[in-house]
Amino acid sequence: MQKTRDIGKLKEIAKNLRKDILRMLHTAGSGHTGGSLSAIDILATLYFSRMRHSPDPSFSGPRDRFILSKGHGAPALYAVLAESGYFDKKHLMTLRKMNSILSGHPYSPSTPGVEVCTGSLGQGLSIANGMAMALKLNKTDEKVFCMMGDGETQEGQVWEAAMTAAHYKLDNVTAFLDNNGLQIDGVVKDIMGIEPIGDKWRAFGWEVFEIDGHDFGQILDALDKADRTKGKPSLIWAHTVKGKGVSFMENKVGYHGKAPDKDELDRAMAELDAA
Amino acid sequence: MTEVKMKSLRDAYGQALAELGAENENIVVLDSDLSGSTRTSVFAARFPERFFNMGVAEQDMISTAAGLAAAGKIPFASTFAVFASGRAWDQVRQSVCMGRMNVKIVASHGGITVGEDGPTHQALEDIALMRVMPNISVIVPADAHETAAAVRAVAGIDGPFYIRTARDKFPVLLPEDFSFTPGKGTLLREGSDVAIVACGIMVSKALEAAELLSAEGISAAVVNMSTIKPLDEELTLSLAASAGAIVTAEEHSVIGGLGSAVAEVISENDPVPVVRVGMRAAVGSSGKPDELLNKFGMTTEMVVSAARKATGMKKEKAPGRSRTVLSG
Repeated sequence: MQKTRDIGKLKEIAKNLRKDILRMLHTAGSGHTGGSLSAIDILATLYFSRMRHSPDPSFSGPRDRFILSKGHGAPALYAVLAESGYFDKKHLMTLRKMNSILSGHPYSPSTPGVEVCTGSLGQGLSIANGMAMALKLNKTDEKVFCMMGDGETQEGQVWEAAMTAAHYKLDNVTAFLDNNGLQIDGVVKDIMGIEPIGDKWRAFGWEVFEIDGHDFGQILDALDKADRTKGKPSLIWAHTVKGKGVSFMENKVGYHGKAPDKDELDRAMAELDAA
Repeated sequence: MTEVKMKSLRDAYGQALAELGAENENIVVLDSDLSGSTRTSVFAARFPERFFNMGVAEQDMISTAAGLAAAGKIPFASTFAVFASGRAWDQVRQSVCMGRMNVKIVASHGGITVGEDGPTHQALEDIALMRVMPNISVIVPADAHETAAAVRAVAGIDGPFYIRTARDKFPVLLPEDFSFTPGKGTLLREGSDVAIVACGIMVSKALEAAELLSAEGISAAVVNMSTIKPLDEELTLSLAASAGAIVTAEEHSVIGGLGSAVAEVISENDPVPVVRVGMRAAVGSSGKPDELLNKFGMTTEMVVSAARKATGMKKEKAPGRSRTVLSG
């Protein structure tokens, strides 16, 4: 797919990706709906507007990388990878099933375009840092993007990695915080508060850009600013809505790890078509 | 007996790593604030731009190493065995092993010979913890020369490896130009009554035990089984067939390590007696390495008595003899 900065086009792409996510989760009968829908606008922007990448294994040009540290958002990643041509879209309807190339959480050996295994939370930023160190040694301008959940930042390793990226001045790392405010057991601030989260990242030596994670203009603008930030890593602190795009799923803890049934799928599709 | 030369495994690692660094610019090294102890400091001094000190953060170190590997580098990550295997277990599992990333974990201070630092720092579970994970090979060299050879060998093989070195110096057993092949045990001494399968510091004790056993008329073979995973099944089964009794010896818990690996293969294919020498107590204690090996039964004498027990069990099982009568 041709890269675009046209916000209308990105909206249309994201709408179709949301439908793919809902269809694959409904067919799978389980999986993480809410966090896939909160992340998808950022993933769509990365894969269809920002990142240099290709599904062609022989592609030798500069290649940017993406790590989905919040691995339970796998349906969102699979949707953008299929749309990008890493594998046929027919595989989406095999999510979580026996012999599928699409595991419940990202498993690199079976899925083209998935760089590493994630799902046990807190490891992705460290991996992104390692890639960024290698790319700096290679003296290329290739970049590494990483997406974390807000609940995920309760993992200690996230802060080890935050220190590392700043210490080694990894300005080729841009991390997204998908701050949808909910985690499996409830509201993040009730389970284990993470605020003041922006101040924490700043204190760890990161440049922080606070945005609405569903506003394509703001996502693109923050990516441009991160690009211009030298000598330190960037965190794009994205306020998002869990279940975004489907009114009855929005901000509902219950849709963290629940797939839509037939009735919910039909209602969601109708809503997305009408939007 | 000729004079025994002692050499440090971690020194051998540091030296081999620095040599590899000069030969291959894709070699990168990570440590978590123990570079002086693990000897990655030798590499760090020569190639500072390819050395990453991660601070006291073993989990971050292992996942970062996976990222370096994903981008084409050959990372060696080092810390103490207790931290590499325990503290960072989930990172080794998910970031490294599942995706079969080309990460080499070389952990020093394995086993009870860590000594004075005491129970918290004595890795007696690391072989078990690493062996159970997917795709990773586990190597416990017997001496400094094998350490250097193993480090060189794994640098050239794609995929994850765990190599355990030690704080203490070990007797030199193998020639300096020893050629290491992962997955292959080395027969160091022929014998027909019992086969002693050992790794690490226990290989030298197994050789001493074989000498003592020979004086009592027991002919003991000795194998250096430095690759614990994948285990050299062919050699293990040929020993079971030729000697009919096996003793395993390791500086590790008797649960889950070399002894377990050998017993698994033997019991599924050709059941013969297997007697394990290793750590049987719950935890170690502070002390000098030799004092600790003696206290916790990882000694030449324990290998000898295990060999007597194993050969005795073999006789009990001999055809035409009643086990009930003998055990009464």
